[in-house]
Amino acid sequence: MKVEARLDRVPLRFYTDPDIYRQEQERIFGGPSWSYVGLGVEVPEAGDFKVTWVGDRQVVLVRDDEGDLWVWPNRCAHRGTALCREPFGHAEEFVCPYHQWVYDLRGTLIGVPFRRGVKGQGGMPEDFCMEANGLPSLAVAERNGVVFASVDDDAPNLTEYLGDAMLPYFDRVFGKDGLVVLGYERQRIPANWKLLFENIKDPYHATLLHVFLVTFGLFRADQPSETRMDSTGRHSVLVSRRGEQAEAETVGEMRSFRDGFRLYDQRLLDIVREFPGEATVVMQTLWPNLIVQQQSNTLATRQIIPRAPGVSDLVWTFFGYVGDDDEMRMRRLRQANLMGPGGFVSIDDSEVMRLAQQAIEANPDGEALVEMGGRDTADAEHMATEAAIRAFYRYYREVMGL
Amino acid sequence: MRVELVDLYAEYASALDDGRLDDWLGLFTEEASYRIVSRENWERGLPLMTVWCESRAAMQDRARAIRETQMYATRWLRHLLGPVRVTSSGSFPIDVEAPYAVFETLPDEHTRVMSVGRYADRVVRDAEGTLRFADKVCVYDSVLIPTSLVYPL
Repeated sequence: MKVEARLDRVPLRFYTDPDIYRQEQERIFGGPSWSYVGLGVEVPEAGDFKVTWVGDRQVVLVRDDEGDLWVWPNRCAHRGTALCREPFGHAEEFVCPYHQWVYDLRGTLIGVPFRRGVKGQGGMPEDFCMEANGLPSLAVAERNGVVFASVDDDAPNLTEYLGDAMLPYFDRVFGKDGLVVLGYERQRIPANWKLLFENIKDPYHATLLHVFLVTFGLFRADQPSETRMDSTGRHSVLVSRRGEQAEAETVGEMRSFRDGFRLYDQRLLDIVREFPGEATVVMQTLWPNLIVQQQSNTLATRQIIPRAPGVSDLVWTFFGYVGDDDEMRMRRLRQANLMGPGGFVSIDDSEVMRLAQQAIEANPDGEALVEMGGRDTADAEHMATEAAIRAFYRYYREVMGL
Repeated sequence: MRVELVDLYAEYASALDDGRLDDWLGLFTEEASYRIVSRENWERGLPLMTVWCESRAAMQDRARAIRETQMYATRWLRHLLGPVRVTSSGSFPIDVEAPYAVFETLPDEHTRVMSVGRYADRVVRDAEGTLRFADKVCVYDSVLIPTSLVYPL
């Protein structure tokens, strides 16, 4: 990290500079990090596959016939054609449409038409080695049904990578029971990927931007909350506990507060406590591309896919558990109204991130201020802090040499 | 009846394009449900809905959230609906389908396609003799939503 860099400032060019974007792809997404690629239950049977992304590189997640998971680039080793043309599917083997080169489920090259020529003429050279020309697989790791991939074989083991501070929150949501996918949401947000990540490291905005939450009593600035980071600052978790619906002087601070509103259909507020402990909302960010959402009874993974300095895709995988009864499932589907591209809470976030990127691109010089809560990166027991954002950029600047 | 049906759909589109959310609500019966579902989830049999209003009361909550609580950039919408088709036989309730396209115009941006898909609806004649939606499902092809889905489709 450069000596003159301040922890409480973020140069706005971090969100716009194409050279920084390319360097992020190499050092962060192409480095010793673990990128979320999916849930094991998305590819349950041998031959099941899912097309996904590590950074802005397209890859395929596949289950082989021994039950192991593989991730390889969606690109034929021959001349670069995409092997998988469906986003999800099932195959016994993968055949390139162009010249019919064939790969097994692990990405090993097992067939090259006319390898020995036609009628004694042509063909591949004698010394062409099939085994050496397969698809270069990524490292794969799984914990409690959540699958990660790494381009760098020297990535630390996943347990170490997530770390002691984050593992309990991760296992709370994923270690409870078998997972069941409820469905997907997808959106293309015209904003830098870091703005999406920061948004979930920002407890400060929750009661100020999300008028719906405060209006209908789902969240209050003074309810017990914590911000926790791991030792590197790259991962974090925001934890909150919904208290009694008491009037608090903090609503006076909120210019957008609407008083006296009650939902016409109250079923949205039919929330049950399903996890041990007091927390009702736990939002975890895991470097470099994963957000884990537990907002009352709506659970999802959110995968950030950078597309360009000013564009990111967000893929939401909503899930429940094998043990959910019909009522719990209905709660999850109903509370999903808060989340996703059409969500009462999440619309505000996508829209504000778009407005941020738009304004930063139109006035690209200068720095963002991140001094809320102080200038350090310590854990906090309240919401009036940007410590998790400062911690993120401290680690980011180390990795990027900025 | 066909003329009334075409008028119902035209008024549906017009109410949303003009931002007349109360008029939009008035096109549904009280017990009606309104769902917006991605074609991906629909075809794979996955239950998740992008928007799920289980009753007209829930639709009122959605309308009020749009008016009072959501933060979003201002925009104009324009619906273009394709031909309305009755897919059931016999009398009411009738099943009706129509393809749709919604275009969106934001400040400093050219008009873009926000969503295309189809409606799969159930229409009834109410006690006053007016056609209304008893159930509406909007299945959208445009699964990669441009920024966010603010208004009903």
